[in-house]
Formats: sequence, C-alpha cells, structure tokens
Amino acid sequence: MLQQAFNGLVGGAFYALLALGLAVIFGMLGVVNFAHGAFYMLGAFGSYVLLDSFGVNFWVALVVVPVVLGVAGTLLERLFIRRLSPLDPLYNFLFTFGLALVLQDLVKREYGVQSQPYPRPELLSGTVDLGLFTYPAYQVFVLALSLVVCVVVWLVLTRTRVGMIVRAATERPELTRSLGIDVGRWVTPVFGFGIALAGLAGVLAAPMRAVNPLMGADLIITVFAVVVIGGLGSIFGSVAAGFAIGLVSALGNLYVPALSQTLVFILMAVVLLWRPAGLFGREESPS
Amino acid sequence: MILSRLAARPLLLVAGLFLALALPWMVYPPVALDIACWALFAAALDLLLGFTGLLSFGHAAFWGGAAYVAGLIAVHSGLPFPVAVLGGAAFAAVLALPIGYLSVRLHGIYFAMVTLAFAQMVYFVVNQWRDLTGGENGLQGVPRELFGLDLSDSFLFYYAGLPLVLAGFVAVWRIVRSPFGRVLASIRDNPARAQALGYPVDRYRLLAFVLSAALSGLAGGLFAIGHGFASLESVYWTTSGQVVMMVVLGGIGTLWGGVIGAALVVELNDYLVTAGFDGIGIVTGTIFVIIVLVFRRGIWGTARDLLQARSGRGPGKPGSGDAPNGAPSRSEDVGSPV
Repeated sequence: MLQQAFNGLVGGAFYALLALGLAVIFGMLGVVNFAHGAFYMLGAFGSYVLLDSFGVNFWVALVVVPVVLGVAGTLLERLFIRRLSPLDPLYNFLFTFGLALVLQDLVKREYGVQSQPYPRPELLSGTVDLGLFTYPAYQVFVLALSLVVCVVVWLVLTRTRVGMIVRAATERPELTRSLGIDVGRWVTPVFGFGIALAGLAGVLAAPMRAVNPLMGADLIITVFAVVVIGGLGSIFGSVAAGFAIGLVSALGNLYVPALSQTLVFILMAVVLLWRPAGLFGREESPS
Repeated sequence: MILSRLAARPLLLVAGLFLALALPWMVYPPVALDIACWALFAAALDLLLGFTGLLSFGHAAFWGGAAYVAGLIAVHSGLPFPVAVLGGAAFAAVLALPIGYLSVRLHGIYFAMVTLAFAQMVYFVVNQWRDLTGGENGLQGVPRELFGLDLSDSFLFYYAGLPLVLAGFVAVWRIVRSPFGRVLASIRDNPARAQALGYPVDRYRLLAFVLSAALSGLAGGLFAIGHGFASLESVYWTTSGQVVMMVVLGGIGTLWGGVIGAALVVELNDYLVTAGFDGIGIVTGTIFVIIVLVFRRGIWGTARDLLQARSGRGPGKPGSGDAPNGAPSRSEDVGSPV
C-alpha cells in the first residue's frame, strides 16, 4: 500500500512536470500546447538516439536533450506561435495539434511503433532502503529531481525579479506593458522553458517507461485533465494536482483496477461540477 | 441581380443532390460512403464550431460511440440497419448530455480541452470493455442487410444509406436557419449580450452540443454499418482532430465547406493508404499547420469572398479577415461593445 502510494507519486512527478510546462506556457502566452506530449516523446527518443547511436550516457542526455528541445521551442515560438498569438487561442491549439501529428508520425516512420529499450543508468540501477520498504533507486531519483525542479521554478517565480515580471505579465499583460516592461521579450524564453520541461520529463521517462512514438499523445490528454483539475492558469494548482492525481490513481488502481485509466477523468467531472475553474483556479469572467 | 441570386440557390441545391447521387460513379464506392458520412460529421461539428462558437475536440466520442452502439444493435438484434443507426444517434445524444452539461460551463480553449478529455475517457472505456466491444480488434461482423435484402455491395449500400445522410443535412440546415439557430449565432457573436437579453446561454449551448452529437452519431453509426465493423480508432482523439481539420479546411461557419473538406481529406487518406505510405499524420498534420497559418478562411470561405468581391459587395468588414463569418474570435478582436 505504501509502496503503491510511492509508485503513484513517481507517476505524479511526470504529470507535474508536464502540467508545469503547460501552465507556464498557458499563463504567459495563452496557448494550450497540444504538442507538449510530442516534445515529451521527443525527449525520450532524444536520449535513446544519443545512447544508441553516439554512446552518450543518461547524465549528458539529461542536460543536452532539454536544452536542445528548449531552443527548438524558442524557434517554434518565434516563427509560428507568435504569428497566431493575436488571433483566437484556438488557432494556436489547432496549430500545435497539427504539429503533434507531424512529429509523432515522423518518429513512427523512422522507428516503428515498437518500444525501444533504454537501460537505467548504472549509478541508479540498485534499490534504496526507505525504512518501510526498499524501492528502485531510479524511481527515487525521478521523484526527487522533479520535486526539486518544481520547487526551484516556484522560488524563481515568487522570489526573483524575473519571476515577478513573468507573473505580472501572466496576470495583467497590458498593465505590465504600460509600466515599461517589454512583455514580448519574455514570451519566447518562457515558451522554450516550458518545452524544455517536457523534454526533461521525456528523458526521465526513457529508462522506466516504453520509449515509443505514441507515448506522448495519450499522456498529454490525461495531463490536460490534470491541469483542468488543478485550476486553469494556476501554476501551483497544476503541480499539486499532478502529484495528487498520480497518488489517487495509483491507490485507485489498487482497490478498483477497472477504473485505473478513467479515474482521472471522473475526478475531472466531479471538479467541474463543484468548481468549474478548478481547485486552485480563479473564476473566469463570464465571456 | 436579386433574381439571379434567388435562382442560384435551388440551382446549387440541385447540383448538390446530383453530386450526392453520382458520387459512387465518380469515386470508388466504399470511398463514396466514407465521404458522405464524414461530410455529415463535419457539418454537425460546424453547427457547433461555426454557428455556436464552441470548438469541441471530443466529437470522436459521439461518432465512435454511436458506431459501436449501432454495430451492437445490428449484430445482436437483427433489426433493419436504419434502426441501428438511429439507435446509435440516440446513444450519442444521451452521452452528450452529461458531457455537454459539464463542458459548456467552460468556454473557448477550456471547452476544447475538457471535451477532448471526456472523449479520451470514452476511448478508455471502449478499449477496456473487451467482452462487449472487442477491444483493440474492434467490433466485427456487423451485418449489412435490410429486410433480408443483402446490402454487402458498397455500391448498393451507398444508396441505402444516402437518405439518412441527406436527412441529417436537412436537419443541420433547418437548425441553422431556425430562430433557435439565430439565438446560437448571437451567443457566438456576443454571449454577454445574449445573456443580458434573457437567453439562458449555457442551456442553448448544451442543446446545440446535444444536437451536434446526435447528428455526428447518425454519421458514425452509418459509417460503422457501411464498413461492417466499428473500430477502436473511431473513438480515438485523432478522429476528433480529423473532423475539425475538415471543417477548418472547408471553412468554419460555411456548412457546405465541411463537405468539401471531408471529400478532400477522405480522398487524400485513401490515396495515401493505397500508395502504401506509412505516416499519414505527416501529410495531414502539415496540411493542418498550413491551413491554420495562412488559409484560415478555408476553401468555401475564400471562394465566397472572391465571388462577393466580384459582384461588388466587398468581402465583408475590413479587419475581420481572420475571423470569417463565425470563426470563434476573441471578444477584443470584434470590438465587443460591452
């Protein structure tokens, strides 16, 4: 039971990292990035290709892949997302949907739909004694690293000048601009950062989940539900909901296995019924 | 001038009917049925996207859900296939009630996300309920017959199913032209004002959602019977995306544009599959990206604007170019006076 709860937290770590990236991008740009799952998948494939073709190990991939994807994300924002930003946000949703299809099928064409193996890094191949039970060291590492990343992002957002600008630009873009801050300059790096987080999640997923072209698409829709539960536009809500949903679905899986895949959507329905703006979201102004 | 415009409408209608009747002679008959079903699906989605201003990214739940229910009715009861199809459509409407009730509380992009999530839930249920649905293999062995008449020939089945599709189109057309449709359009253009005028906005949105789902179900049920099986892919998110793509390609809010979009996408898919190309998403995804970037009015929208420009009526308000007739737009963009 405790072990199952721990499994849930590890699963929740992936939800949290992806939801964090989605929420940061959504907050700053108003864009719901459907391609987020595709970048997660590219992160996993990136580390697989680095190891398989170039013999580059996990630790290097852990740094290189998110950086490369982050740069790709800034280019994407500069070239395309920016042009669609003044329009209805639905157009950017549709754009990233098309992009996700292209990325997914490009990888599928190259590597097929079978899962590629990725070994655990040697340093973390053992188990850790957690007092009550022993647990694979790699999973402990994933959980710890994603917690650290979420906390660091939180500190940056709340304690630094950069974070202050990003939060201000998220909540009141016009007012921030009129105070003499160039909001547009911050949009591109924030988008790239969100994509880098998806890439990081992908690299972390490679040794413990199946590396295949479809791994991102199904996950991202679940993460959408997580974001809706946590509160649209609430960064804290997204991360908290990510870990909580991971925990709840793992425990749900223990007691009601038939519901394992649908539980998160049922939770979403309940939250929508009770608080349409999500647990930590602010009420939308009626549009 | 006015006379010629009046004459143009029945002429277009006759031309459309003629095309619908001639389609199995023009393309491979099974493809003709696919085009007819997807065209109705696209029109049903446009009812919601173009005429109510809601982008549903979860319509696969209704198309695919109806496909399974129609298939199950046909397999287990032996009722004539139109009954099975209507049963599927009724199921889609019932399914749309709770989903719509929860989803219409959110607007714009949130609505798209939530409908997508609910549709994924339906997908997981269908996938897990193997005893009933056949899981990944799909529901197979759906009979195609009517009162003992064997309709397994696609050419014959097209004509047997066409009345259902045409009835669906008449329904969409009637809804759009009705006073109810006018209220929907006013909600799309300015929800706050519609609310202020006393229209229960969310209830109207819900009703539009259910009607759209029922018509999508009609198309999906017929599609499943026509193919003789219901596939797991029909409830997958790619199906939701594909129908949105057809509507955007044809032109949001044009109704008939979706028909053209459906015909083009189905033909393209058929061509790619026949050519043995592995990775259809690369092509369709690229087209989708290009449409969204540079061709947002869609085919029908562009053609209509060109025609209107030639007859000296101008292509509508300047600056409304990116939100052609009914494309959902931010309230700031259309300068809402509230």
